Amino acid sequence: MILDAKIPEGPIEKKWTSFKNNAKLISPANKRKFKVIVVGTGLAGSSASATLAELGYEVETFCFHDSPRRAHSIAAQGGINAAKNYQNDGDSVWRLFYDTIKGGDFRAREANVYRLAEVSGTIIDECVSQGVPFAREYGGELTNRSFGGAQVSRTFYAKGQTGQQLLLGAYSALSAQIRLGRVNMHENSEMLDLVLVDGHAKGIVTRDLITGEITSHAADTVLLCTGGYSNVYYLSTNARGSNVTATWRAYKRGAAFANPCYTQIHPTCIPVAGEYQSKLTLMSESLRNDGRVWVPKAKGDTRLTQDIPEEERDYYLERKYPSYGNLAPRDIASRSAKEVCDEGRGVGPGGLGVYLDFSAAIARLGEKTIRERYGNLFEMYGNITGENAYERPMRIYPAVHYTMGGLWVDYNLMSTIPGLHVLGEANFSDHGANRLGASALMQGLSDGYFVIPNTLGEYLSTQFGKKVSTDMPEFKKTETEVRACVEKLLAVKGNVPVDEFHRQLGLIIWDECGMARSEAGLKKAIADIRALRERFWKEVAIPGTGAELNQSLERAGRVADFLEFGELMCIDALTREESCGGHFRVEHQTPEGEALRHDDKFAEVYAWMFQGQDNDPELLREPLHYEAAHLATRSYK
Amino acid sequence: MSTMNFHLRLWKQKCASDKGEFIKIHATEIPSECSFLEMLDIVNNRLTREGKEPVSFASDCREGICGTCHMVINGVPQGPGRGAACQVYMRKFENGQPITVEPFRVGAFPIVKDLVVNRSAYDRIIRSGGFISEHTGGAPDASTSLIPKPVADAAMDAAACIGCGACAAACPNSSPMLFVGAKVTHLGLLPQGQAERKSRARNMVRTMQEEGFGNCSNYYACEAVCPANVPASVIAMLNREYIRGEVSEAIGAID
Repeated sequence: MILDAKIPEGPIEKKWTSFKNNAKLISPANKRKFKVIVVGTGLAGSSASATLAELGYEVETFCFHDSPRRAHSIAAQGGINAAKNYQNDGDSVWRLFYDTIKGGDFRAREANVYRLAEVSGTIIDECVSQGVPFAREYGGELTNRSFGGAQVSRTFYAKGQTGQQLLLGAYSALSAQIRLGRVNMHENSEMLDLVLVDGHAKGIVTRDLITGEITSHAADTVLLCTGGYSNVYYLSTNARGSNVTATWRAYKRGAAFANPCYTQIHPTCIPVAGEYQSKLTLMSESLRNDGRVWVPKAKGDTRLTQDIPEEERDYYLERKYPSYGNLAPRDIASRSAKEVCDEGRGVGPGGLGVYLDFSAAIARLGEKTIRERYGNLFEMYGNITGENAYERPMRIYPAVHYTMGGLWVDYNLMSTIPGLHVLGEANFSDHGANRLGASALMQGLSDGYFVIPNTLGEYLSTQFGKKVSTDMPEFKKTETEVRACVEKLLAVKGNVPVDEFHRQLGLIIWDECGMARSEAGLKKAIADIRALRERFWKEVAIPGTGAELNQSLERAGRVADFLEFGELMCIDALTREESCGGHFRVEHQTPEGEALRHDDKFAEVYAWMFQGQDNDPELLREPLHYEAAHLATRSYK
Repeated sequence: MSTMNFHLRLWKQKCASDKGEFIKIHATEIPSECSFLEMLDIVNNRLTREGKEPVSFASDCREGICGTCHMVINGVPQGPGRGAACQVYMRKFENGQPITVEPFRVGAFPIVKDLVVNRSAYDRIIRSGGFISEHTGGAPDASTSLIPKPVADAAMDAAACIGCGACAAACPNSSPMLFVGAKVTHLGLLPQGQAERKSRARNMVRTMQEEGFGNCSNYYACEAVCPANVPASVIAMLNREYIRGEVSEAIGAID
């Protein structure tokens, strides 16, 4: 198979406009005849459901939460980027595009990123008109803050709860459509498989998490908006329920999985405290606007912070990257933190932490201003650690936060399976090998509000008169397979809790496919994952039955998929013999320890095709052409 | 790291029609630094190893923002201190302390299993009017409406509601008026929310009553337990908005 990205012709500034001018339209009378299944209700899923329903499509939406408002987009803290240039600080669509391409270390698809930058402004308009209470100046204008990887202030925010407010905006738009009967909403429904008819995605099979009932749902096209796979690491900043199941099962039905090794390790999280820990908590990147990152210059310095004089502190980000300082991109800030901790200069228990210090900002702006900007984050930090960050610096350490990899999609957001569209974090397209802060919210909403409503017609216009129904043998067969899979899990009857396997998988992947990766380590990880997977299917304990709310069963299904997916991630990391963005192969680094790309060989998307359980996946390549933003070595110095 | 022991009483109930009962568990060697839900994870994994069914409870983000977790800890919905149940840490308890954990007791939130209740009534209240009707693509430039900072801040404080249901669970009348008031206040303060302001309050209050919730009689228990610090003044705003809505309907100013 050859990957055709279907990028429109013409100069980059004209591509999206020319696409829209020539796109296939579906008339209002015909939109009613098409049914769209949307899986997931985060920013991408809710915004797509609401917008497609407004347009007149019949929409059926699924989420595994008890309410669409609970999706993990809600936890995004810092903000959303948009090239509005309200600050008059020199921002433009071009700059947002270039910053995103450069931030992604030249591994994202240019045309998609330009489109993202282009629609970014209308997202803010849309959200304001829904009633999203963005932060304002006294005169009533919208205000902005800075984020990593940019030298302009283009980030819109609502306290430290921007994701919550944007999601509630999309949820309210979705609620309005549900009320009008245009969206049929299924809560507590987990997608367990994708149904193909004649090679096209035409439906899904779900399990009702309350009753255990397994049912089929047919449509003309399926949209996966199911988020990322950070929880393959067990400990991450993602919600406990976030999982790879929907995209993984689509992969096993023929959707190519692109760049699975591109994961984002976020530099500012609360350090791991013990084995009991169930998740890690992010401290928003926005804190780096006013917080200064440092460690003692001397190794093993255990003095209290107030006893360490200024000249004995190493503000290493300001020292190494003077022009971006504490706002260096996430991959660079994380790696630098690991570096100083590896040198023995880390702080706190186990030496796995660095300081994020607000004393200078408090002295400059006053505690009141800091409290206004970040109050809820300081409170959260105090609650978890029992420490007061107004009085002493926070201790932070990198943690897994976001995954840039995902199902491969073309410019229309369609995967390698005709009819299967993938939106938001679940696809791979916009962030390359490293995502800049405040860009995930932008992409989720861009895909849902503005991209898919325009691109869906390309597929649907070819589907007149091709209705399917759940009575067809394809649906019955997939349903039977899903039932067998659930039965197989319940039949293991071991005595090891699911969490145990998940935690062990996480440790393997964190050690060998985390912030630093090596050939030997990745090979070892693949072997370890295989062994762990075998043990899982012999020893996992799932009390209860399949015909009720059974949280062990839910988790077991997701962990079983992570145990397969983790291997693909390591294979991808092993095959990509270069360093780029968040993917750091120790064999490939500059003398200063920065990521060393090999553009001659690896300026490509790696997309993996499933070839059966016991065979190696097939590698497909999409070359990345940089016509507007020329390939350059990233420098934030 | 030190460890602690607790005498737990956990609610077990197979389904809505089942009677339900407390089970007693002596939870030993719990790390003092772990969160309340991590303590329940430890207990559940021990039960699983013994071949017993764990206690079902809902949780997701575990940082207090998604509103998934919901339970009553020692009589307090969402447990002691500010924040959701996932924000409670074991160091807040005494070593050896008895701890009772039960589901939200609200008629409009039927029990699903153990500590999990069905809060879909809250979604239905939002669907009856908790939104601004506008369609994607039709929005004017964001800078065209000026909203002074104090107004934007007050709207944000109300919009911070996480929809967890603790307000109704804490209220002797099972009233969700803090939840309803939060949305009515958030949208009612903003210029964008004016067009539907009157019908919104009326429709949401009516749905609230149809769902079987009670009304506010000024106990302020909701404000005391709200994980998102939503102030009880939103209920005063709701009452005003509701009366305006009813009067407007009576004189034919709204449908």
